[in-house]
Amino acid sequence: MALTREQMAQRVARELEDGFYVNLGIGIPTLVANYVPEGMEVMLQSENGLLGMGRFPTEDELDADMINAGKQTVTAVPGASIFNSADSFAMIRGGHVDLTVLGAFEVDVNGNIASWMIPGKLVKGMGGAMDLVAGADNIIVTMTHASKHGESKLLADCSLPLTGKGCIKKVLTDLAWLEIEDGAFHLKERAPGVSVEEIAEKTAGKLIVPDHVPEMTF
Amino acid sequence: MAGFDKVVGSYEEAMEGLQDGMTVIAGGFGLCGIPENLIGEIKRKGTRDLTIVSNNCGVDGFGLGVLLEDKQVKKMISSYVGENAMFEQQLLNGELEVELTPQGTLAEKMRAGGAGIPAFFTATGVGTPVGEGKEVREFNGREYLLEESIVGDFAIVKGWKADRYGNVMYRHTAQNFNPMAATAGKITVVEVEELVEVGELEPSQIHTPGIYVNRLIVGSFEKRIEKRTVTES
Repeated sequence: MALTREQMAQRVARELEDGFYVNLGIGIPTLVANYVPEGMEVMLQSENGLLGMGRFPTEDELDADMINAGKQTVTAVPGASIFNSADSFAMIRGGHVDLTVLGAFEVDVNGNIASWMIPGKLVKGMGGAMDLVAGADNIIVTMTHASKHGESKLLADCSLPLTGKGCIKKVLTDLAWLEIEDGAFHLKERAPGVSVEEIAEKTAGKLIVPDHVPEMTF
Repeated sequence: MAGFDKVVGSYEEAMEGLQDGMTVIAGGFGLCGIPENLIGEIKRKGTRDLTIVSNNCGVDGFGLGVLLEDKQVKKMISSYVGENAMFEQQLLNGELEVELTPQGTLAEKMRAGGAGIPAFFTATGVGTPVGEGKEVREFNGREYLLEESIVGDFAIVKGWKADRYGNVMYRHTAQNFNPMAATAGKITVVEVEELVEVGELEPSQIHTPGIYVNRLIVGSFEKRIEKRTVTES
């Protein structure tokens, strides 16, 4: 079975380490915050200028001046800091954020990522995504392995305009955990019950499959 | 006005001198920390052909979105737009031009503009449509784009507290682009919720020193919430 959104978030959460500063994108990446292991301290960075993002506020705590990068009302955890947008992107572009998790339309064997623009459709903008992929060393892309029509999103060459060039090394899809190295996707883990053949069939870019591909457990 | 007193008596006075075709840098992120009343004054004045530099363009009927109603905006320089139907319509009609700019690059363009730095190199956007036509240079084996900074004819800023000298503090994440915008206007206009006595703000806690501020006014704000998300208590 393909992973659910919650399982994808759970799998990404296993990459967290104690003391990590983490930026989570919109969608599945946001759910990762629900699976921070017990006893582990992780600080969430929101690029509008908040380090130490907390849960959503109660009605009583609701404050128009406290939002996250998704423009949702949020709270700050004890020990949080708030700063301006230039400082926020100095953290991101300066490589100070330990882990970035974001969604994408396509990735390719050279670590290119396309996540913001589909020609012919209305383009709303890249927001902070180009800064995040250019600035972070440790990035996990979360996305479905193939489109609804069965077309692979793991390609030899991205077909859509790029968000960043040569910056992606780890991809979690609903079918597999893959790492990108030396111009190929390396299959590291597969979703429970998903065959290597299915993954290979839905991966358009070069795929390296080791003798044993462990199944994820939840 | 005398000495360092930046307070003006009306919104009309606050935006005096704004002319057709000018560039206006606006603080704010989404609808958070936006200079609501200064935007309202630009609408009232009916100034046209404006280039607006702001991370977003408000929503239909609120924030910078109101300037679209009478087609006052020629060009937006933003990282994320299109939360409003009118924006989409004018963009598709070719009545509005958009220069999409990565958020960190946008913040840095303002910061650098205010600091007298005409351009800077960044890795953001290399190999993407943002990099097309821009100079690329290699430093330590990595490619970087040359991005030019931005200075506005006006900067419009929303603060929380200020004193008459124009020393400003921002509240929570309503800070966002406001401090950079404040440095990057030839004329910087700040509107705040509260005016306090000179000397009342702790000097080390001031976000925007008064040297950047030309005009200051106290307003009342709706502070509309774009995405209201709550947890059950």
